[in-house]
Amino acid sequence: MSGAAPPRLLPLGDAAWTVEFGEGIAPEVHARVMALADAVAAMAEPAVSDLVPTFRSLTVHFDPLRADGAALGRRLLAAATAPPAGTGTAGGRRWRLPACFGGAHGPDLAAVATEVGITEAAAVALLAEAELRVYMIGFMPGFPYMGGLPEPLHRPRLATPRLQVPARSVAVAGAMAAVYPWESPGGWRLVGRTPLALFDASRGEQPALLAPGDRVHFLPIEDAEYRRLEAESAAGRLDPAQWRIA
Amino acid sequence: MSAMLEILSVHGPLTVQDEGRRGLRHLGVPLAGALDGVALRIANALVGNPPGAAGLEMRLAGPALQVLGRARRIALAGPVGGRIERTDGSTEPVEAWRTHTLHPGDLLRLGPVRGGVAYLAAAGGIDVPPLLGSRSTYARAALGGLEGRALDGGDRLPLGEAPAPEPPEFALPAPPAEESGPLRAMAGPQDDRFAAEAMDTLCSAEYTVTRDADRMGLRLAGPALLHRPGCGADIVSDAVTPGAIQVPADGRPILLLADCQTTGGYAKIATVITADLPRLGRLLPGDRLSFRLVDPAQARAALLAREALVASRIAGIGPARDAGLDLEALYSANLVSGFIGDAP
Repeated sequence: MSGAAPPRLLPLGDAAWTVEFGEGIAPEVHARVMALADAVAAMAEPAVSDLVPTFRSLTVHFDPLRADGAALGRRLLAAATAPPAGTGTAGGRRWRLPACFGGAHGPDLAAVATEVGITEAAAVALLAEAELRVYMIGFMPGFPYMGGLPEPLHRPRLATPRLQVPARSVAVAGAMAAVYPWESPGGWRLVGRTPLALFDASRGEQPALLAPGDRVHFLPIEDAEYRRLEAESAAGRLDPAQWRIA
Repeated sequence: MSAMLEILSVHGPLTVQDEGRRGLRHLGVPLAGALDGVALRIANALVGNPPGAAGLEMRLAGPALQVLGRARRIALAGPVGGRIERTDGSTEPVEAWRTHTLHPGDLLRLGPVRGGVAYLAAAGGIDVPPLLGSRSTYARAALGGLEGRALDGGDRLPLGEAPAPEPPEFALPAPPAEESGPLRAMAGPQDDRFAAEAMDTLCSAEYTVTRDADRMGLRLAGPALLHRPGCGADIVSDAVTPGAIQVPADGRPILLLADCQTTGGYAKIATVITADLPRLGRLLPGDRLSFRLVDPAQARAALLAREALVASRIAGIGPARDAGLDLEALYSANLVSGFIGDAP
């Protein structure tokens, strides 16, 4: 099974190492990635600036003037090979994020439901029941790649990407779900929209709402509630922490 | 009274940049920062700033600007020059790699950037509020700089505290040496996903920078780099970094630069080493380049050699000799007067 593959140490130039645990997307592979991220953070290497967990690898960016890259690589591989101290999911937070599905907020929901032969209400119920796992943040600041989408909702991307996806759109593509933090071009299918800001630079050290390892549930809300929360959020009166599940 | 820089007119992309935004790449926040970090560091050293101070990054052509409030020392680094029109009506040529003093009312007009990028540092640094640990502009997410965007005529930039400039002006002992030869790269992280001959092609062929070139990356034209049969170009996305050479299915390499995303889904055959990253920032559409593979020890030696050279240049900063009359006439004649800066 892919989760048991021995880790590989790959150079991303002379200022970063990528420790790769497998080729595919699987919760057990990602758990090893997150466990290594915890272990490397605990090593408190002064030359290391960034730890980037992805679906199947951890990339460690470092200052090559402050560290012997080869020696750092050996320490990383040793940490990756050692049995993990934790499960790698302990640090992940759980969220219940409000989102309004379908209609103008999720213009592709009806088509997705029709394609798989279920009602829109059934599609929303599937989205609400799912526990999504944030595998990584990429593409743009705060954009979460989330796995765990129920199989009936796995649909291909749009053949022609939209030029403008509204900010905060909830989207699905293949086995993944995401929320667009910014207005941008995009080919994922838009099923809903959250009133919460996914990225806010004024939030200081945690500008992105979600982080790798987090788990996300959606809380379906009506349009009126969406509008109320959107206005509160725009006015800066919404503390996103209230959507965290204790 | 504090001092400000006022941008009077802009003739090419102009942004505030420093050494970039570290520690947030796991949240998708790109590094950004100066494309040619060495040039910005030298400009900062000339005006007495720490290496991490923010300056102006200029591409295609420099702006016209003035200082408001108090006199400030400025320095240019890179292939750019210009002139200062003093309040008494006199004109003085402005060269890179040395300081000049701008008094309120003086007009600094810069000409074309005859290479990929050049910098202006002002004593005290550009003091826009740091955002997420950096003043670097990342326009795609409206982070840093002035309101998260490229600068325009009429913009005013606060400057940090600095002592009042007194003669003499300062200069680098000699401009940094022109670097030439193949760009040095380390194989990986996905070199095993390419056909056996792809690495030979990368290291023997000549590539040309296409017009698809911005702060995110450069798309190259040249012989295609083929992926291993059955492998394909697409990988499950993993982390990327400036210098990475990613190759989509068409086989045409893309060189990533400072504003590149934090992750990507194309296989990366090799990654340009830190010592050569400033050279990538200087590339322009039409420029030709080639690659050479090095091992980690060679990459480290190259970086240490570069740092030693930069340190010795900076250590050699001393009083500038004033330009002679002939030189001044030469510079004045060479100025592109009234450069009209529509980007090509």
